[in-house]
Amino acid sequence: MSKVRVTFNEELCKGCELCKNACPKGIIEMAGYINAMGYHPAKLVNPQECVGCGFCALMCPDLVIKIEKEEIK
Amino acid sequence: MAVVFDRPKSLTDAKFHYCPGCHHGIIHRLVAEVLDELGLQDRTVGIAPVGCAVFAYDYFDVDCIEAAHGRAPAVATGVKRTRPDTIVFSYQGDGDLASIGMAEIVHAAARSENITVIFVNNAIYGMTGGQMAPTTLIGQKTTTSPLGRKSELTGYPIKVCELLATLPGATYLARTSVHDPKNVRQTKEAIKKAFQLQVEGKGFSLVEVLSACPTNWHMKPVQALDFIKNDMMNYFPLGQFKSPEEAK
Repeated sequence: MSKVRVTFNEELCKGCELCKNACPKGIIEMAGYINAMGYHPAKLVNPQECVGCGFCALMCPDLVIKIEKEEIK
Repeated sequence: MAVVFDRPKSLTDAKFHYCPGCHHGIIHRLVAEVLDELGLQDRTVGIAPVGCAVFAYDYFDVDCIEAAHGRAPAVATGVKRTRPDTIVFSYQGDGDLASIGMAEIVHAAARSENITVIFVNNAIYGMTGGQMAPTTLIGQKTTTSPLGRKSELTGYPIKVCELLATLPGATYLARTSVHDPKNVRQTKEAIKKAFQLQVEGKGFSLVEVLSACPTNWHMKPVQALDFIKNDMMNYFPLGQFKSPEEAK
């Protein structure tokens, strides 16, 4: 179980690929299907490799990405 | 699981109308995050410009006024002077601020109005269809300079931060960019500093943010990042042009 959870709100995504470009792990890809606006939304292909750096969310112009981390006790 | 990144409270749930890869979304988010962090949402008044960000009042969950083209600093002055306890920011593009609104911005800075200006510089008129702006780079192709901007005909791009830095009234002037995560963070720091100075009553602050207009530059959003990095930053150097320490 990964310590990070990154969720993409696909209906807000305009497929600009800025997140894909920013991801240091290269684990963001554009989906093969389209959303209601007609864009290919971004999605995480290997969630277990994600380190939660948040670069994708920093670069996303449409607030598609939400990041949660496991709390350190 | 603790949420470490989500939509800031100072933004509404409305979906941005901006084109794919437009940096207005990033800059809106940064302004909203700063308002959240400084706890200013309840007493902030935003002034929307004319241009692509004309609907900013739909996105910021604060009181907003829509100003006539270029006149946002004048409207901001009125709000701030009648309600000095409010935090007032104007959000303007380069066609709005550096062209038709040049007089307003220069005089607002000269009077050291205690307002914050977020100046989005994408070197083109976006909403009206990609015409040449005062900040369009030499050689850049637009619909009104189809062979590239020529200095013999239309002069040189205006460097707003450097121009305003000559005025003793300007307290804080910085130019940042949002083409990569590091610069996004630095932009947020600059915006935060600008708002903090307004809270402290220090005077006029302006943050110029270099941003992309992939649609009118006729580039893919990722290519547009390289245009900012290689071409725009070459002519518009990043940095702080006036600090509160050197002001006055």
